[in-house]
Amino acid sequence: MKRTEIRLAGEGGQGLILAGIILAEAAAVYDGANAVQTQSYGPESRGGASKAEVIISEDEIDYPKVNRPDILLVMSQLAHDKYIGDLRPGGTLIADTSNVTPRAPEGARVFELPLTDISVNTTGRAIAANIVALGALVAATGVVSKDAIEKAVAARVPAGTVEVNLRALNAGMEVVRRPATGSGDAH
Amino acid sequence: MVGAGGVRLMQGNEACVEGALAAGLRFFAGYPITPSTEIAELLAERLPQVGGAFIQMEDELASMGAVVGASLAGLKAMTATSGPGFSLKQENIGFAALAEVPCVIVDVQRVGPSTGMPTSPAQGDVMQARWGTHGDHPTVAFTPWSVSETFSLTVTCFNVAEELRTPVILLLDEVIGHMREKVVLPPPEAVTVVDRKKPAVPPGEGYSAYDPGDGDIPPLAAFGDGYRFHVTGLLHDRSGFPTNDPEEAAYLLNRICEKVERRRARLTMIESRDVHGADVVVVAYGCTARPASRAVRMAREAGIRAGLVRLITLWPFPREDVARLTAGARRILVPEMNLGQIVHEVESAVAGRIPVVHLGKVGGVLMTPEEIFEAVKGV
Repeated sequence: MKRTEIRLAGEGGQGLILAGIILAEAAAVYDGANAVQTQSYGPESRGGASKAEVIISEDEIDYPKVNRPDILLVMSQLAHDKYIGDLRPGGTLIADTSNVTPRAPEGARVFELPLTDISVNTTGRAIAANIVALGALVAATGVVSKDAIEKAVAARVPAGTVEVNLRALNAGMEVVRRPATGSGDAH
Repeated sequence: MVGAGGVRLMQGNEACVEGALAAGLRFFAGYPITPSTEIAELLAERLPQVGGAFIQMEDELASMGAVVGASLAGLKAMTATSGPGFSLKQENIGFAALAEVPCVIVDVQRVGPSTGMPTSPAQGDVMQARWGTHGDHPTVAFTPWSVSETFSLTVTCFNVAEELRTPVILLLDEVIGHMREKVVLPPPEAVTVVDRKKPAVPPGEGYSAYDPGDGDIPPLAAFGDGYRFHVTGLLHDRSGFPTNDPEEAAYLLNRICEKVERRRARLTMIESRDVHGADVVVVAYGCTARPASRAVRMAREAGIRAGLVRLITLWPFPREDVARLTAGARRILVPEMNLGQIVHEVESAVAGRIPVVHLGKVGGVLMTPEEIFEAVKGV
């Protein structure tokens, strides 16, 4: 399998580093692939730029960072504007249209999905938007198996929140598989 | 979250904790600082579970003092910090070196000087690890390039500290400390653990904490075991009491430095790839060795005869091995996340026989394979 590079970007507090850990864990622990996860963030615990990167490969992973992501998830306009130019030609962009107005490059696979709104509608809170995003990302790209991502989510989220997070994950998968008019517009 | 075959996704800082516990760590004192905080956080939870003690001290100076005290009381002791804290610990690291107190200091390097860039990687503390504390003193320091190597080198740090009765430094960096990777940890029974040599005589029968007898490393009793001995940061004689005798003072300083020097070959860990017949040899370590490894592959695919030397032991600097592994090269490239530190040791190792080119990067972003590849082409 080739090396797949994934970048998850947004603001501190959106749970993107946790999403990166869950995705890497799904690949490494449950799918048996190699995975490396790194992050960069500011000194703030909320606000400020936050970025998690995941590399999934059948081979050994030497350089652990992502320069040209195959898959880019953006959950803030700032992150979109900063990283959209890095997307590998033909790569996949997933934009949370609750926060972002995307300007996708020519040839990209684009998923414009109101991830934060879906989180609110599904769970009553915006805080599960990271898990909704993981569901959408996995459904859109198949970078890890459905079984692996479910197990990884269940193992990492706080006790007592497994059910609600699996609901959020599933909602993210569904919106990619069966986009409702005006919300999950894959083109 | 342990998968089939014991596979786990683990952070470098977490692997450091697991390695320390496997090696027998029972005391940690520290003052949390990014990017080392996870080490303190995890040990606060784990140490009480194994009957050990965790103390968050009022600052880094006190933390290092507590580590020295705990070790003298017989426990395997460690602290973890980053650049600003590493600066503050230097005085007591010197005390531990002179008083021959085994302990482990983890420095997860970030951009400095001063408060610098708390969340961004650098390799700027390499010379501080060697010469941060004043006066002639021995230094042992290792630097890992992966999460699984962080586990094994942390064990090595403790074993060397215990055997040599000396502080040992693990130089991590923000990339390796925070990176999560797939690892399979060895079962506890597969981990080799070394414990300090204890006195052969019972309490009250002529034990001297600074008399090495036939060897060069004196046994170390634990305070509380009934032995009476004196520990000081002043130059001391074999009884442990201060001395101004020039011969005793010179003997002591030479002995504590030579005990490391004499074991240089055994302390040296170094890896190489494709160096035989290479025109350009890249000498790298820690996080920078990862893009360097890729850059060397890129160079070979482009028809450039390039090789890689990876330093795992930084101090004592493996000068003979670096000289041997680069002997056939026309050029040596040393990429580092600083403005030039190990490059000077490499230059000294090859003693002007081969031109050495430095590639430095500061500002807090890991060097890319492309940057190193371009430099390989350029030299």
